[in-house]
Amino acid sequence: MKVLVCISHVPDTTSKINFTADNSAFDKNGVQFVINPYDEFGLTRAVWLKEKQGAQITVLNVGRAETEPTLRKALAIGADAAIRVDADPSDSFYVAQQIAAVAKEGAYDLILAGRESIDYNGGQVPGMVASILNLPFVNACVGMEVSDNEASLIREIDGGKEKVKANLPLVVGGQKGLVEEKDLRIPNMRGIMQARSKALDVRAPQEIAAKTSTGAFTKPAPKSAVKMIDADNVAELVRLLHEEAKVI
Amino acid sequence: MSVLVYLENWEGQFKKNTWEAALYASKTANMQGTEAIGVVIGAINESAEDAGKYGLSKVLHVNDAALASFDANRYAQAFAHLAQENNASTIIISGTFNGKALAPALSIKHNAALLSNVVELPTNVSPLTVKRGVFSGKGFNDLSSTETNNIILFVPNSIPLEEGSGAVNVESASFASADEKTVIVESVDRVKGKIPLPEAERVVSGGRGLKGPENWTMVEELAEVLEAGTACSKPVSDMDWRPHSEHVGQTGIAIKPNLYIAIGISGAIQHLAGVSASKTIVAINSDAEAPFFKAADYGIVGDAFQIVPRLTEELKKFKAAN
Repeated sequence: MKVLVCISHVPDTTSKINFTADNSAFDKNGVQFVINPYDEFGLTRAVWLKEKQGAQITVLNVGRAETEPTLRKALAIGADAAIRVDADPSDSFYVAQQIAAVAKEGAYDLILAGRESIDYNGGQVPGMVASILNLPFVNACVGMEVSDNEASLIREIDGGKEKVKANLPLVVGGQKGLVEEKDLRIPNMRGIMQARSKALDVRAPQEIAAKTSTGAFTKPAPKSAVKMIDADNVAELVRLLHEEAKVI
Repeated sequence: MSVLVYLENWEGQFKKNTWEAALYASKTANMQGTEAIGVVIGAINESAEDAGKYGLSKVLHVNDAALASFDANRYAQAFAHLAQENNASTIIISGTFNGKALAPALSIKHNAALLSNVVELPTNVSPLTVKRGVFSGKGFNDLSSTETNNIILFVPNSIPLEEGSGAVNVESASFASADEKTVIVESVDRVKGKIPLPEAERVVSGGRGLKGPENWTMVEELAEVLEAGTACSKPVSDMDWRPHSEHVGQTGIAIKPNLYIAIGISGAIQHLAGVSASKTIVAINSDAEAPFFKAADYGIVGDAFQIVPRLTEELKKFKAAN
């Protein structure tokens, strides 16, 4: 079984987000980058498939050389090989086309990507990859068992869950539940040493035109000062919610 | 030219969320000087003619056995077909779980730009430009399309619902099934009587300050009187006190209800990222220094185990009097 895990290189969840002086881009200064948390669940699930079912794992990122430490971390966690498509990830369509090209050439049985990335939150890439390759697609996946040529999956739906079955090859948009938070693998020393000698293949991108262009970035308007209410006067809160905030 | 909108139904029922999408579409169509057409898929137990109250010109109803259960690729194929037949260059979809799975597939089939995580009506129609949320609530970005065909996937609760009058014709439409790679739905398990988080107008949320899962009764009672959804912080879901589906925050669900009540949640930056779009935030915490008080509109410092039941009682009184 060949598994492709798509890895997005994103600011750590604790990062304070700032934009460049002209508000045209995200300011990367002083920001720590990590594997996108939604992708981490898929990566650990893939490592389980490797350990229990002999899967081979390739991790993939579309980005410049600055993302290589993130790919090396994924190798240290247990991936066998890494591919970096050397390009600026200009929009989701562009990235999805690059991933689809790599996936097609490598004939992967399972393509795992996070349901969304925590930087641009588009939630577009896995569904686009599936559609480009005409493969079945399961989004917001919270459980997956894979046998030789098919998978049983659980996906989140509005107010509940749905059990589905699909043939491989298959594209999955993953999240917490694929594995639990406590089960997430982190690199150990042996993994880090091994990762140094694993292949990291850098490829030229496909010629693809993006479909969107980004304008100004802004920060949310600051909240006005909090109104404190005495714990013994909860009725006052009800009054304010009704008369001032008008939400009840 | 026209605007097409997905009028999603859940077990045959429409919800407020459906009509928000209809209104979003008719307002967008107004800006573009064209009409907005609704699309209903599958069997429904109520009439779709109410769509007229939200400015749609008609509704197309596709009830085909091949579309009986949701599949992203097959639904996308049906929409692409209808979009072509109705010369629709803009398609509006609400960011529900199915909407988020459908939109990317449809963008490929309809050769469209996908503008997702959109938080208000388009800010410009030529080129189509939207304001989208980025960095999990920590920022916004103006995004423009470079294409003729576009899909807008908006965040539920992005525009206030206004109801006009009138009814529209519901026409039956056809769907030609092609060889799509699909999934087979084996079973659906929906929790009865619970309000799904992304669409909830009010949300009551608990954190580690509640000390254990056995103490959630008071959260649920407060949610019941408010007709609110229930949510929790990441540590609470990681410790399995509450299901993952209730985790709101940067790596859980991002929500934008009218009212968010945070009980015993300190307000870490990752949590605030997922809830800061809420219109009104109430924080209840025993620690006066909790960061949540800086992000809240109203705050109460004190023991949640006393305050929450009191608040529930006061709300009951309020409801009885109003």
